[in-house]
Amino acid sequence: MLTNYIKIAWKVLLRHPFYTFITLFGITLTLTVLMVVTSFLDHLFGPHYPEVKRGRSLYIATVIQTDSASTTMSSGPASFDFLTKYAKSLKSAERVAIMSNFSFSNAYANGKRIKLNTKYTDVDFWSVADFEFLEGKPYDETNVRNADHVAVITDALREQYFGNDAAPVVGKTIDIENINFRVIGVVKGSPPTRLYTYSDVYFPYTAPKSNYQEKGMRGRFVAIVVAKSAAERKDVQAEFDSHVARIPKAEYSEDKRFNMLIVKADTYFDHFINMFTRSDKDRVALYGIVGLVLLMIMGLPAVNLVNVNVSRILERASEIGVRKAFGAPSKALLWQFIIENVFITFIGGAFALLLTLVVIHFINSSGWIAYADLTINLPVFAISILVCLVFGLLSGVLPAFRMSRLKIAEALKV
Amino acid sequence: MIKLQNVEKVYRTSSIETLALNNINIDVKKGEFVSIMGPSGCGKSTLLNIIGLLDAPSKGQIEIDGSPVKRYTDKHLAELRNRKLGFIFQSFHLINDLSVIDNVEIPLLYRNSSAKERRELAQEALEKVGLSNRMKHFPKQLSGGQKQRVAIARAIVGKPEIILADEPTGNLDSAMGNEILGILQKLNTDGATIVMVTHDEAMAKKTDRLIRLFDGTQVS
Repeated sequence: MLTNYIKIAWKVLLRHPFYTFITLFGITLTLTVLMVVTSFLDHLFGPHYPEVKRGRSLYIATVIQTDSASTTMSSGPASFDFLTKYAKSLKSAERVAIMSNFSFSNAYANGKRIKLNTKYTDVDFWSVADFEFLEGKPYDETNVRNADHVAVITDALREQYFGNDAAPVVGKTIDIENINFRVIGVVKGSPPTRLYTYSDVYFPYTAPKSNYQEKGMRGRFVAIVVAKSAAERKDVQAEFDSHVARIPKAEYSEDKRFNMLIVKADTYFDHFINMFTRSDKDRVALYGIVGLVLLMIMGLPAVNLVNVNVSRILERASEIGVRKAFGAPSKALLWQFIIENVFITFIGGAFALLLTLVVIHFINSSGWIAYADLTINLPVFAISILVCLVFGLLSGVLPAFRMSRLKIAEALKV
Repeated sequence: MIKLQNVEKVYRTSSIETLALNNINIDVKKGEFVSIMGPSGCGKSTLLNIIGLLDAPSKGQIEIDGSPVKRYTDKHLAELRNRKLGFIFQSFHLINDLSVIDNVEIPLLYRNSSAKERRELAQEALEKVGLSNRMKHFPKQLSGGQKQRVAIARAIVGKPEIILADEPTGNLDSAMGNEILGILQKLNTDGATIVMVTHDEAMAKKTDRLIRLFDGTQVS
């Protein structure tokens, strides 16, 4: 039965090459947009270099101090002290890394200013984030304890600062804001879209200007907590929540300005969403808007395809009449046309996949996002297939329903 | 086998009401070969469509094998058409995008038969109409007579008890027409009940019984 449907769908495609071209062009373009968006979302939220453990990680990045009426609010990253006390002490976690939020510095090479992103981290940072070391190694506890002026730099900074003569730079010094740091390692850089691991240069948190000794709830640090497994993140969250719940009010009330402290250990996706939403209501609105945009992206071309499909199916009225006369129930015909449409959508999907590969290759090599690593991996591929299916159904159901309801005697007159 | 009682068919548009069939009473016995005759526009095809459950009457009752069909749903009617009825149309209504054998298999697609079983039955039906050597051809590669033979194979592949033919020789020359009638007579001899619409007196005379229509009314 399926073969029979697919044979017909294929023949129908070959019948009017120009119509077929228009149809496939529309499907391909729509699906390409959706596949590139999917790949970009995967780039943003998926477990990629160097945050490959994101699937079992939690992010503690925002401390909110507020009163119960939400009239006064103070929010931002946490202090090093806060994270040491309440995150580092998590027993259920496999490892906890603390790193500063992004900050900026300048370095000068041959009289030219190089603008730098800098990051202060603890030693666990190098276990939580899986950086590829091209030279040297990360700093260790001794470097941290001694507050050594050492730095790990990226390959891009190596090239900018030391030139690209391929000579090793480990052991050389780099002058940042008039302080000399000894280069201890060179890593392959990460894209700026990985906010908590991206930087040009990494220092031990005891290096100058890190302000790690500041007390209080808020500061400039965030923590990534790696659980033993994705499922065990729940236990880590519960333990962290209990740690936070036990913090005496006096520690965060700041002269009774605040009586609530909100700090969450969230998955990266939840953490990202929470940056834009404060309540469940906001979240529903955000999902609603995103859903609507996606529906528009798919819906408008789908409506167009519905029209093309209706006119194309009309010329098959005789076939519908014959199939019904020989015993096809309306439901079987409905499925036939849906399957045909999904088949055509999948052909468009195959073209879209090829086009997406070209587009993401272009994005990756354009330098638009440094170190961009957009890919078509298994989750992206699976979502793309799902998108094809949804698009196929969206554009196929209505024409199929109309045609399956056609009266046999009328259909056979055509 | 087929019983129509007081069947009436009215076509309505916003301004006109046309009585296509008026008080039709027919009783076709099992194994009969009946022809329906009448001038163009007298309602022959409408009547055949109603007998074949392709259209519903405005009034009256149809019985197939003693069961009134009014009670059936879309699914049941489809099953009844699939099991009991086989259709042959004047303009063949073959699907040009499918090969001869795929066209013949169509009725079997809506049964629980395997691909192998379908292929065997379709081959058998094509052999009966003498077209087993054209299985892989497409309808556009066939002559009118060959197309009608494919249509007959499609009508008989599911071994239905009733074959309904709407001017099966209307688009063919007389030699080819006689050949097709010969096949239908053979099928009738083998046990099929056949109702054939025709406007050809000579063809009609070769059948067991003749029903004449005039302006939607049964005159004999």
